[in-house]
Amino acid sequence: MDYAALAPEIVLLAAAVLVLLGGSFLPRNRQIITRWFSLGALGVSAAAGLAGLAGMPEFIFSGSYALDTSTAVVRVLAPLATLVVILLGRHEFIGSVRESETYALLLLATLGTVVIGGATDLLVLVAGYLLASIPLYALIGLSRSGAAAEATLKTYLIGALFGVLLMAGVTLLTGLAATSSYQGMAEALSTAPVVAVAGGAVAVLIGLTFKAGAVPGHFWIPDASEAAGIAIAAFLTTVPKIGALVALGRLIEVMPGTVDVPLLVAILAVASMTVGNLAALAQNNVRRLLGWSTVSQVGYLLMPLAVITTSDGAALALLAYIGLYALTNLALFAVVACFPKRAELDDWPGVARAHPWLTGTLIVSALSLVGTPPTAVFIGKVAVFTVAWDGGMPWLVVVAAANSVLSLVYYLRLIRPAFRTPGPGSAPMDGSVPEAPRTVKATAAILGAAVLAAGVAVTGMWMATHA
Amino acid sequence: MLSIILFFPVIVGVALAVWRGLPARAGGLVWLAATIIDLALLMVLTATAGTGVNGLKAEERVNWMPQLGSSYHLGVDGFSLPLLLLTGVIFVACAIWSLRENDRPRPQAALFLFLQTTCLGLFAAQDLILFFVFFDLSIVGMYFVIAGWGHGNNRRSALLFFLYTFLGSLALLLGFIGLYLGADPHTFDMVELSQRGAFTGTPVAAGFVLAAIVLGLAVKTPTFPFHSWLAPAHTDAPTIGSVVLASLMLKMGTYGFVRIAMPMLPDTWRSWAWVIVIVGIVSVIFGALVALVQTNIKRMIAFTSINHMGYVILAVGAAGVVGRNTAEAQQLAIAGAVTQMVSHGLITGALFLLAGVFYDRTGSYDLGKYGGLAGPAPRFAGFFAVAAFASLGLPGFSGFIAEFQVFTGSIGTVPWALLALPGILITAVLFLRAFQRVFTGETKGLSVGFPDLHRRETMALTVLMVLVVLIGIVPGPLLGMIAPAAELLVGNLQP
Repeated sequence: MDYAALAPEIVLLAAAVLVLLGGSFLPRNRQIITRWFSLGALGVSAAAGLAGLAGMPEFIFSGSYALDTSTAVVRVLAPLATLVVILLGRHEFIGSVRESETYALLLLATLGTVVIGGATDLLVLVAGYLLASIPLYALIGLSRSGAAAEATLKTYLIGALFGVLLMAGVTLLTGLAATSSYQGMAEALSTAPVVAVAGGAVAVLIGLTFKAGAVPGHFWIPDASEAAGIAIAAFLTTVPKIGALVALGRLIEVMPGTVDVPLLVAILAVASMTVGNLAALAQNNVRRLLGWSTVSQVGYLLMPLAVITTSDGAALALLAYIGLYALTNLALFAVVACFPKRAELDDWPGVARAHPWLTGTLIVSALSLVGTPPTAVFIGKVAVFTVAWDGGMPWLVVVAAANSVLSLVYYLRLIRPAFRTPGPGSAPMDGSVPEAPRTVKATAAILGAAVLAAGVAVTGMWMATHA
Repeated sequence: MLSIILFFPVIVGVALAVWRGLPARAGGLVWLAATIIDLALLMVLTATAGTGVNGLKAEERVNWMPQLGSSYHLGVDGFSLPLLLLTGVIFVACAIWSLRENDRPRPQAALFLFLQTTCLGLFAAQDLILFFVFFDLSIVGMYFVIAGWGHGNNRRSALLFFLYTFLGSLALLLGFIGLYLGADPHTFDMVELSQRGAFTGTPVAAGFVLAAIVLGLAVKTPTFPFHSWLAPAHTDAPTIGSVVLASLMLKMGTYGFVRIAMPMLPDTWRSWAWVIVIVGIVSVIFGALVALVQTNIKRMIAFTSINHMGYVILAVGAAGVVGRNTAEAQQLAIAGAVTQMVSHGLITGALFLLAGVFYDRTGSYDLGKYGGLAGPAPRFAGFFAVAAFASLGLPGFSGFIAEFQVFTGSIGTVPWALLALPGILITAVLFLRAFQRVFTGETKGLSVGFPDLHRRETMALTVLMVLVVLIGIVPGPLLGMIAPAAELLVGNLQP
């Protein structure tokens, strides 16, 4: 057993346990130590994951865990995203009643995402699902408002329902294939009864849409992102998706040709982007709008999954889009985190004049999600459009393009209020409205610059590995 | 060199945007200086650059994403050079015009410098991804110009503009992806894609790819029936925003036809050329008729733009109709199309500046509220008369050279292109009628006490009108610049 290969995961687990224990013994005014410790652990975990980026694909623990490019990307992206979330949560976490517990939960949820992403065994997948979900319920409830309680309950119920569905599907597939490992599963399932395989595949895929935030498992996202703390909202709209989408990709690859799984995924993609876009159109609450926007973004992310068996570049396009999307989404939430009291779009007038750099970040990241060049998500969009067309689904590309136009409307709604002159009823710009500390603003501006530069930089990196 | 010309404006623009302490007047001067330097560099490049192996001047190529078949590839030829020069001239005129701008002059200058880079970049790009990047960025820039500095219902117009042209740009992107996948090996390079037989897909696939590209370009141009964003965007845009929109951004669409649609899918273009011809003729007549009934001067000019762009579409469509011994007519049509782009850029730029004078003085674009304006504002009347005559295609102005070539070439391949001729007549009627209503007769309504053109306004207009007359009298250099590229394209279109 090669435990050293699991170093990134072990670091996260150990850090979570230590933070939890340490937090119980540290006095209230020293809890900040756990913050620094968590940040360090996340950095170490990401660095350890980076080391595996160039290695050859291999499977460990009797084929139940894969060490390949996808796992490596998840191992790097998920901890880094969580690190940014903790940075953004400066005023939200520090000095709060449950500071160290928050960090422990974030670490555990990140670990769950990494495990989901690396799992090549249905049973490990279920374990990862639970590990990623349960901390999430607690995190949403942390802000202890009425709305947060409602969002927690909703998330919990939907999570439990989809978890049961996932387990039912896992049971079915394991029974049919006589193995729970992905290796040899495609072969074993190709001779199994088609209806049963289809039932199992649908149940597993739908179960995972809860983590990915795609239709039909998306109902909790807008509520949770509105009611939870801002940093937590940034976390739950970014990190769980990373692992879930990679896991979906692995699963779709081992489904036998007897069941038309790609078509199901394509339909889910269309449903996600359309539902997310249409619902986002009418939102006035910034975070709720962003919540729906992530639902629609998952729709685009599902596109390469639909052609993962027919197009060569699909897996890489998926990874590129996930990374670029995570960066952009965090940048948007970072701007929102700078103004915790500006919950509604109507609260934003005057921001452009007072905070030109943050407004710049807002514009760049909103346009990035639209897919405007040369920002980050543009490259991702070109990549997924190309592979989807290449993989024989040009109609999906046309639908996605039409949806991009639709999404433009609400992303522009996000930008416009900042340029209005503040009226008598809106929030004043002087010091009376609490704003985030300087470090959070700096983080936001840096993320914005990264979104702008990523178009050039990340493509170069992605293409270099593509060769 | 080309890269320097391209990015010099945006670098100055960023500096202007960041430099908060700069006085407003100085900001305008910096902007003007930057545009003049850029134009001078462009002229040096025109005079000195030699032709490279690909038939491109000042070619630059850096492997950007070799695995994706995309590179940072710039170069100019007979189609792009006139438009690059036009871009330089138009932005100089805009900078002169805005020397006394009071409404946030520094950010405005920065935004226009950014727009200049996107326009230059688009005309110089030799890679589809690069082309698309500049295409989309120009839309974003113009959105902020209209939303930030427009008047009237500007937010709505800006949104309509963004949505409409963004839809077009996505259609274009789909077409580009189709071209990429259709080439073997996959590439986004425009030079490689323009080589004969680069597209290896089936004729049906080629048809869809061409449809996507034509849709994207037709929205931008705009042609009938994709024009509905144009009138509100122009009406509510600030004066210099309208100028850039009409003079340069509309050209991005028509330029795309000669640069991308025709050379990259020649067989399909030939098969569907008749559709393009019809769209062109309908745009000509429709634009002219709708312009005829407008009472708002800016809307009127906007619709004449549809009419004038219709000639370009007609010409590129007719150039796709290949018969026996039609090569000469085809070349003439394409040369006419490119000349018309330049000519329309200059003339309509001037007309929109003149329309802006109405708004600056009185806040009204309504033709019916003026009368006898030649009395209080003789210089204004003079410039308007010259610009109007140039626009309706009177000999001696650039518009005549362009339209003459367009018609001679088009009728040479498609005789029923004659149907578009009444378009010229209708524009003549509408300009003469507008001129009579506004400038002749008794001074009344808003014309009373109307101040004549200021010095900076006269200067900006003079720059444009001198070039219009110059091209009208000595078209040789411009046509000589265009001819080799037109010849190459026609050679490409032969079956």
